[in-house]
Amino acid sequence: MSDQEYRTERTRLAVAGARATTKSIVGDGARADRVSSFVFPAALLLGVVTALTALVAIIGYSLYRGWPALRWSLLTNVPSTVNPDNAGFGPAIWGTVYVIGGVIALIVPLGVAAALYLEEYANPTKWWNRVIELNIQNLAGVPSIVFGILGLAYIVRGPLSLGFVAAAGSITVALLVLPTVILASREALRSVPPSIREGSMALGATKWQTMRGQVLPAALPGILTGVILAVARAIGEAAPLLLTGAVTFVTFNPNFFDGGYSTLPTMIYSYAGRPQDAFRTLAFAGVIVMLIVLFAINSVAIWLRNRYERTW
Amino acid sequence: MASTIDSVAPGGGAQRRTLGAARPRYGEKIIETSIFLAAVLSVVVTTGIVLALVTPLPEFFRVVPFGEFLTGTVWAPAFANPSFGVLPIVVGTLMVMFFALIVAIPVGLSSAIYLSEYASPRFRKVVKPVLEVLEGIPTVATGLFAFFFLRPLAEQLLPFLPWQGPFSIGVAGVAVGLLIVPLVASVSSDAMRAVPAALREGAYGLGATKFSVTVRVVLPAALSGIVAAIVLAASRAIGETMVVLIAAGAGNPNLSFDPTKGVQTMTAYIGGRATGDIAQGTVVYDTIFAVGTLLFLFTLAMNMLAIKFVRRFREVYE
Repeated sequence: MSDQEYRTERTRLAVAGARATTKSIVGDGARADRVSSFVFPAALLLGVVTALTALVAIIGYSLYRGWPALRWSLLTNVPSTVNPDNAGFGPAIWGTVYVIGGVIALIVPLGVAAALYLEEYANPTKWWNRVIELNIQNLAGVPSIVFGILGLAYIVRGPLSLGFVAAAGSITVALLVLPTVILASREALRSVPPSIREGSMALGATKWQTMRGQVLPAALPGILTGVILAVARAIGEAAPLLLTGAVTFVTFNPNFFDGGYSTLPTMIYSYAGRPQDAFRTLAFAGVIVMLIVLFAINSVAIWLRNRYERTW
Repeated sequence: MASTIDSVAPGGGAQRRTLGAARPRYGEKIIETSIFLAAVLSVVVTTGIVLALVTPLPEFFRVVPFGEFLTGTVWAPAFANPSFGVLPIVVGTLMVMFFALIVAIPVGLSSAIYLSEYASPRFRKVVKPVLEVLEGIPTVATGLFAFFFLRPLAEQLLPFLPWQGPFSIGVAGVAVGLLIVPLVASVSSDAMRAVPAALREGAYGLGATKFSVTVRVVLPAALSGIVAAIVLAASRAIGETMVVLIAAGAGNPNLSFDPTKGVQTMTAYIGGRATGDIAQGTVVYDTIFAVGTLLFLFTLAMNMLAIKFVRRFREVYE
C-alpha cells in the first residue's frame, strides 16, 4: 500500500500547504530535480518491463519450440528412446500424480497442525518454541537438492528404506514444501481477529472446540491458498527427485511403494538431454503441459482468495 | 488453560457450582500434544538433514585429507586418478551467484521501488501477481530456456567473447537471476511499504521531490529489509540446481573463471552424480555428502544473516 492510501484529507492538505510554503521560499527546484523526476521513474519502469519480458519470453519460447509435438497422445504414450513420434509422458504424469497425492496427504495435516500449535498454543517466551520457529524459517531456505540428500540417505535407504519408489520422492518433496505451508497457514490464522476466539471461549467452548468450530473455518481459504501454492511448487520440483530415483526410465505406470517411477519435470530433463532434435521438441511440449497445469492451479488459488477472502 | 476457571470465590453460596470442567479434559491434552509433535517434526527434519550429511564425513575424510578437499584446485572424483579439490565447483557456484545478482539486484530492486512508490494502485494490482507467476515457473523450463535460447542469443550479442561448446556458466547465472527477481522484488517492496507514511509526509512537507523522498528517505529507511532480500536471493541462487545442471554443464575439472565456458557448481555436481549409478559406500558416493555439507553451511549462514536483517528492520518500525 502506498502512502496515498493512508493519507487522510486533512494531512493531505497540511502537507500540500507546508510544501507550497517551502517552495515559495526556497524557489522552484533546480533543473536537475525536474530531470530526475522524469528519468528516475522511467529507469524503474524499465526494470519492471525487463522482468515481464523475461516471463513472456520463457513462456513464448516454450510454446514456440514445443508446439509441433503437442498432441493428446502425449499425455498417455509411454516414453521411448528410439521413436520420438510415439514417445510421451504417460507414466511420468502418473508418477507426478502419485508423488503430489502423497505430498498433499502429508502437508495438509502436518502443516496445519504445526501452524495451529505455533500460532495458537505455543508460548513464544519459551526457548523451545523460539527454536522451532527459527528452525522453520531456516528450513524454508535450505536448497531443495539438500532435501534430496536427506531423502537418499534416510528415506530411500537408512531408517525408512523405502527404495527408489514414488513414496520416497513424495515424502522428500513433502518435507521440502512443509515450511511454506506452515508459514502460509500461520499467516491465515493470524488474520482471524482475537475477538472471535474470545467470544467462543466466553460461551464456554474449550480451546479445541474454538479452533475447530471458529478459527479453522475462518482461516480455511488462506490455508487452502497456501497449500495450493505449495503443491504448484512441488509439481515443478525436480532436483530432490533426481536423488530419490525419479530419473529411472519407466515404460509402465508406477506403483506407490514398488518399482521405478518418473515425474513430469524429471522426464522433461531426460528428454532434453538427448541429442536428437525431436526429443528436445518433446521436452518443450512437456514444459507446455506443465505450464498449463500450473496455470490452472494458480487460477484456482487466485479465485479462492478473491471468493472467500474476508475482511473483519 | 484459559477456558477453565479452577477456583471459586470463597464465601459464595453453598450451592454454587464451580465453573471449571467437571472432569479433566484429556482430549484437549492429546490434541495439544499431537500438534506440538507436528511442530517438532521440523526440528527432526533439520536434525535428519544434518545427520544425513555428516555421518559419511569421517569415512570420507579418512581417505581424502581435509586440507586437500578445501584447497585443492582439481575436482575429478570419478577419474582413474581421482582428485578431490572442491574449489572449482565452489568457484562455479559463486560465479552463478555473481551473475544472478548482477541481473536480479537492478531489475528486482527497481521493480520494487516502482511498485511501492510510483505505480498507481491499479497498475500494482495487475503487475504484482504477474511477477509472482515468474517465481512459479518450473526451474526445468527456465533451464531449457537458458540452454536453447539465451546461450545462442548471448553468442550473437557478444561475438567477440571466446564462446565454446553448448554450455556457459555466465548464461546459467543470468537465467538464475531471472528466477530470483520476484524474490528480491517482493521482500524489498514489503520493506519499503513498512516505512511509516509519516517519514514521507515530513519530507514532502519540507518541499522534497518524489525522487529525493524515494532515494533519501524510503531507501535508507528500508535498507536492512533490502539487504535481507538480496542475501535471501543470493542463497536461492547458490542452491538452484536444475538451471545450472541444464545450462552450465558438467564443466572441466580444473579451476576456471571464464563465464563463457561450462563450469560445474556444487548443486549440479550433486544432481549429476546422483543420477549416475554409483555404489553406496565408495568415496565417490561420499562426495555427495561432503559437497552437500558445504552447500548446507553456505546457505545456512546466509539465511541466518537474512533473518537477522529482517528482525532488525521489524524492531525499528513495528
